[in-house]
Amino acid sequence: MKKVPGPIHGSTEGNNVMLLIPCPHCGLRDQTEFSYCGDATVTRPATPEDADDAAWIEYLYMRDNPKGPHDELWQHVHGCRQLLRVGRDVTNHEIKAEDPS
Amino acid sequence: MSRYSLASLVRHGLTGHRDWQPAWRDPEPKASYDAVIVGGGGHGLASAYYLAKNHGLNNIAVLEKGWLGGGNTGRNTTIVRSNYMLDGNAKFYEHGMKLWEGLSRDLNFNVMFSQRGVLNLAHSKGQLETFRRRGNAMRLNGIDAELLNRDQAAAFVPGMDVSRNVRFPVEGGLLQRRGGTARHDAVAWGYARGADQRGVDIIQNCEVTGIRRDQHGVTGLETNRGFIGAKKIGLAVAGHSTQLAAMAGVRLPIESHVLQAVVSEPVKPVLDTVVTFGAAHLYVSQSDKGELVMGGDIDGYNSFAQRGNLPVIEHFAACLVALFPQYSRLRILRNWGGIMDMTMDGSPIIGTTPVPGLFLNGGWCYGGFKATPASGWVFAHTIATGQPHALNAELSLDRFHTGRVLDEKGAGPYPWQH
Ligand SMILES: Cc1cc2nc3c(=O)[nH]c(=O)nc-3n(C[C@H](O)[C@H](O)[C@H](O)COP(=O)(O)OP(=O)(O)OC[C@H]3O[C@@H](n4cnc5c(N)ncnc54)[C@H](O)[C@@H]3O)c2cc1C
Ligand SMILES: [Zn+2]
Repeated sequence: MKKVPGPIHGSTEGNNVMLLIPCPHCGLRDQTEFSYCGDATVTRPATPEDADDAAWIEYLYMRDNPKGPHDELWQHVHGCRQLLRVGRDVTNHEIKAEDPS
Repeated sequence: MSRYSLASLVRHGLTGHRDWQPAWRDPEPKASYDAVIVGGGGHGLASAYYLAKNHGLNNIAVLEKGWLGGGNTGRNTTIVRSNYMLDGNAKFYEHGMKLWEGLSRDLNFNVMFSQRGVLNLAHSKGQLETFRRRGNAMRLNGIDAELLNRDQAAAFVPGMDVSRNVRFPVEGGLLQRRGGTARHDAVAWGYARGADQRGVDIIQNCEVTGIRRDQHGVTGLETNRGFIGAKKIGLAVAGHSTQLAAMAGVRLPIESHVLQAVVSEPVKPVLDTVVTFGAAHLYVSQSDKGELVMGGDIDGYNSFAQRGNLPVIEHFAACLVALFPQYSRLRILRNWGGIMDMTMDGSPIIGTTPVPGLFLNGGWCYGGFKATPASGWVFAHTIATGQPHALNAELSLDRFHTGRVLDEKGAGPYPWQH
């Protein structure tokens, strides 16, 4: 994936009626073109055969659920179909695109 | 504290209604309590009420950071039903339904529980079959359920478009006649008054900012009104369960999401039941003031903003006008959002936590209003005895460790899909 040249700010200010998500490939696009894929910081156990129950439970079920900046994945399903990593403040919906690599 | 009755109404009428007493006190917090409930929504207040009423505890307090019922209790679309399929949910919600049926009398407070029925519409033969399966599961658990065909559904909801040449024709539906709606504020106020009468201190404008514990368990709470000691702490904070549990070092299988609702301008009586559209997602009823009250899915991404976006509203408004074309010129009067704690299996969590003395009541997803009486009942039992009640045994936090999750929809560990 290409690197985003500096942060691009999405917004819900002004007359916007939904989230505008900056896609590094397609530009600023409506939220309805995307599918939400959740917390981007969750990682699958690196060596599944060695992972114990606690590691699986943490991966499958436990979430930080921060009240503030949230690192999350959105798939641009009605666009380039790429999976994007987006930083959004969940208290005010302010969006900043991050390095998608 | 006086009882409300026709006689008391007449008596106060004679003095111009100027001498009613406040329905609950406004006490200063004591230095410590036997048990403290965090969160003055319906669940926290019901828990305090049943702790006092069923278990004889009265050295207890409810701490609320804002005002009573200002959270999801005062923001919801007030649908009450017990039409669940899985045993762990069905028996719990049905206990709630039975409590609702006697609640106004028990509380001496009119919660305006109206058993106007809840009809889930099906739009294909396959969907109707899955409803038949759920209805049969309900009946096996002793819960009322009726499968309606298209004509019966049309007769039950006059004015609904059941014509064939629409995108999602109505094939029939699953009806729970005992379901309906209730007055949300009255539920909070009625439980608050009942708890207060039994000695519970209800403390508003008191935000919990920390939980203190030692090696034996919890010892008390840091608040903006100082430290309050507590032998037992029950969390009932809806969308903020993650943050409160984290104060005691407990991690939860929860994400917070925003759910929106709207009301239309008020009109004369047009809809005397609760209808849900099954091909996309809408639930609608009419309030006593005449407003159509409706909602649909959560917005679908983590949020603490109490403010959503228009795509979801457009989605359920489209469902509404598909089903009732005659409502298409109604204007929306208000819209708002509430923060839901969505669990990884879509079912609530009520029970003990790994920290002794700390109890959790959360993860209500979309559906916690209907659960309020049952939730308070079993949470009070859990706090008083230290053990879950039979009705919330399966709703434990450790089901995510044992693998006995309760996933009604079979959606998997994706909270925004439940
Ligand atoms: C738009 C919408 C529609 C809904 N529709 C329905 C429906 O039709 N049927 C249904 O059954 N359910 C519905 N629900 C869900 C239902 O409203 C909730 O599950 C239920 O009301 C939760 O009650 P509660 O007492 O747990 O939470 P709340 O009423 O939210 O109470 C929690 C309280 O905790 C307080 N609190 C939080 N943090 C702190 C702190 N640090 N210190 C002190 N206090 C704190 C909050 O201020 C709040 O008052 C809906 C919800 C929404 C938002
Ligand atoms: Zn794209």
